[in-house]
Amino acid sequence: DDKLLTEPLSHPDFFSVKELFTLKDLFDARVHLGHKKGCRHRFMEPYIFGCRLDQDIIDLDQTMQHLQLALNFMAHVAYRGGIILFVSRKRQFCHLIESTARACGEYAHTRYWQGGLLTNANIQFGPGVRLPDLLVFLSTLNNVFEPHVAIRDAAKMNIPTVGVVDTNCNPCLITYPIPGNDDSPAAVELYCKLFRMTIIRAKDKRRQSEAIEELR
Amino acid sequence: TLRLICTTTTVQRKNVGASGPEKYTEAFIKKQIEEFNLGKRHLANMMGEDPETFTQEDIDRAIAYLFPSGLFDKQARPMMKHPTEVFPEQRKIQWGEDGRPFHFLFYTGKQSYYSLMHETYEKLLNVQKHQDQLIAQDLPLQKEKRNLAGSRWLTKIELEEMLLEKLSDDDYSRFIQLLQKLVALPCADIEEMYIQKFSKEVPAQLQKVVVEPLQYDERGVAFSTGEGKRKTARATAVVYDSGTGKITVNGIDILRYFPVLQDREQLLFPFQFLGRIGKHDTVCTVSGGGRSAQAGAIRLASAKALRSFVTEKEVEFMRQAGLLTVDPRVKERKKPGQEGPRRKFTWKKR
Repeated sequence: DDKLLTEPLSHPDFFSVKELFTLKDLFDARVHLGHKKGCRHRFMEPYIFGCRLDQDIIDLDQTMQHLQLALNFMAHVAYRGGIILFVSRKRQFCHLIESTARACGEYAHTRYWQGGLLTNANIQFGPGVRLPDLLVFLSTLNNVFEPHVAIRDAAKMNIPTVGVVDTNCNPCLITYPIPGNDDSPAAVELYCKLFRMTIIRAKDKRRQSEAIEELR
Repeated sequence: TLRLICTTTTVQRKNVGASGPEKYTEAFIKKQIEEFNLGKRHLANMMGEDPETFTQEDIDRAIAYLFPSGLFDKQARPMMKHPTEVFPEQRKIQWGEDGRPFHFLFYTGKQSYYSLMHETYEKLLNVQKHQDQLIAQDLPLQKEKRNLAGSRWLTKIELEEMLLEKLSDDDYSRFIQLLQKLVALPCADIEEMYIQKFSKEVPAQLQKVVVEPLQYDERGVAFSTGEGKRKTARATAVVYDSGTGKITVNGIDILRYFPVLQDREQLLFPFQFLGRIGKHDTVCTVSGGGRSAQAGAIRLASAKALRSFVTEKEVEFMRQAGLLTVDPRVKERKKPGQEGPRRKFTWKKR
C-alpha cells in the first residue's frame, strides 16, 4: 500500500502528461486570446505576452508549463482516489462540464453556489461528509464578473485549486493557475478533453498497480 | 407568495432538528427490513393466522389489539410499518464507505433537481441536433400541434414529491420554462415520452347539465320534477303540462299558504319569464326555512322542472336571468366578542 503511494512521486512526470497536448493544439483552440486592454487585471501582467489592436495575447509558453504542472497534480490526486469538483459559472459550458464530470466519475457544480457549501458542509449535507480534495475552475469569474466565492472558500478549507485564469481574472488564491482563454467554446472543449484524459489515465494506472500488487 | 417582513429570531434560525442530519446507511435499512419481516411472521403466529398471507391491515389490527392505547394522536400510538415508510427516502446517506458521494451533482445541494435540468437540456440539444440534420437533408419539419388545452404541467408540490427534494418557486418556474422551450421546437415529437412524464391530462371542465326528459303519468299528461333550496328551506315541485296555472303547496292553495303578495310573485316569476302563466299546473312540497325562504325554494324547484319543457336557448336565458342558480346566502354566524355577526358591542369611552 505504501509502495502504491510513493511510486508515482519518484518520477517528475509519472503520468506522461506532456504528451497530451502541444503548443499548436493550444493555438488552434484559441487559448492565447484574452480580453481587451481595459479589462486587464494587474496580477495577470506577468502572463501576458503582448497586446495587439487593444486585445491581450497570453504567453503560451508559460501556459504550457502551468498546464503541465496542473495536469500532473490533477493526475496525482485522481491516482490517490481524491474527489475532484469542476466549478464554472458560464452558462454556455454548463452542460459540457457536467457531462465531462460524469464521464470521469468525478463531480461538478455549475449552478448557483450556496454560501456555506464548503465552510458549512456538516450542517448542509450531514455529519461525516467528505469535502472535495481538488477544485477545478474552468472559469474563475461568476455571472457578475467577480471572483467566484469557491476560490476563497477553498483557500479557507485548505483545498488546493486548479483554475483557468483569463486576462480579467485574479490569479492570487489559486494554487495552480492556468493562464488562458475561458470564453471560447473551442478552448473550453480542449480543457475538458485534457482533464478527462488525465483523470481516466490516472485511474487506470491506479487499477493496474492495484492488480499487480494483488498478484504478488 | 407572502413574505414576512418583521420576523423574530426564532423564525429566522434554521430548524436543524427538522431538516435533520440523522442519516441512515443502506445496510441499516436492509437490517430493519429483515427484522420487520421476521417480526411480521412472529406476529402472525401469535395471532394464530397464516404468516404467508399476513397483510399490513392485519398487522395494524393485531397491534391495536395487543397494545391498546387511548392516545388521541394516531401517530403517537404504537405502530409497526415497513421501514421504507418509516425512514424517509432522502434521509439515506448519499455517499459510500470511502466517502465518495454516489451522485455526480451531489455537491450542488439540490442533486435531483439539477440532474433533471441537465437531462432536460440534453433532450433539448438532441432535438436541435435532429432538427439540424433534417434541415441539412432538406426534409420538411413535422408540425403536429400538441393538444395544449387538454394537458397541464405538474404542480410544484407534485414535482417536489417526484424529486424528494424541496424546490423554490424560482427553480420550479425555470424548469417549466425549459420544458416549454423544448415543446415549442418543431421536432419535439422525438422526446414525447420524456415530456409526458411531466404533463397531466386536464379533465373536461364544463360538464353540460343534462336536462331530464319529460315523464308521462297515468292520464297521459306530461310532467317533470325539480328540487330547490334557499337558506334552510327544501322544496320539490312537480309541473304538469296542460293546466290552468293553479299552484298547490303542501296540499294548500298558494292564496292561503302565502298571504303576502311578494311570495306569490316569486312563485310566478319563472312562468312569467317564459310567458307560460296559464299553461302549467304545479304541485309542490316544502319544508324548513321561513316564508320568504320557502318561496325562493319553490321558485328554484319550478324553474328546474320547467327546463324539460323548454328549448335550450330559453334554458340559457333562464340561467342568465338567475332562475337556475342556488342562492348561496345563509345566516352568518355570531362571533365571540361581538353582539351579532357584524354588530360590535357599544363602545364606551370610560
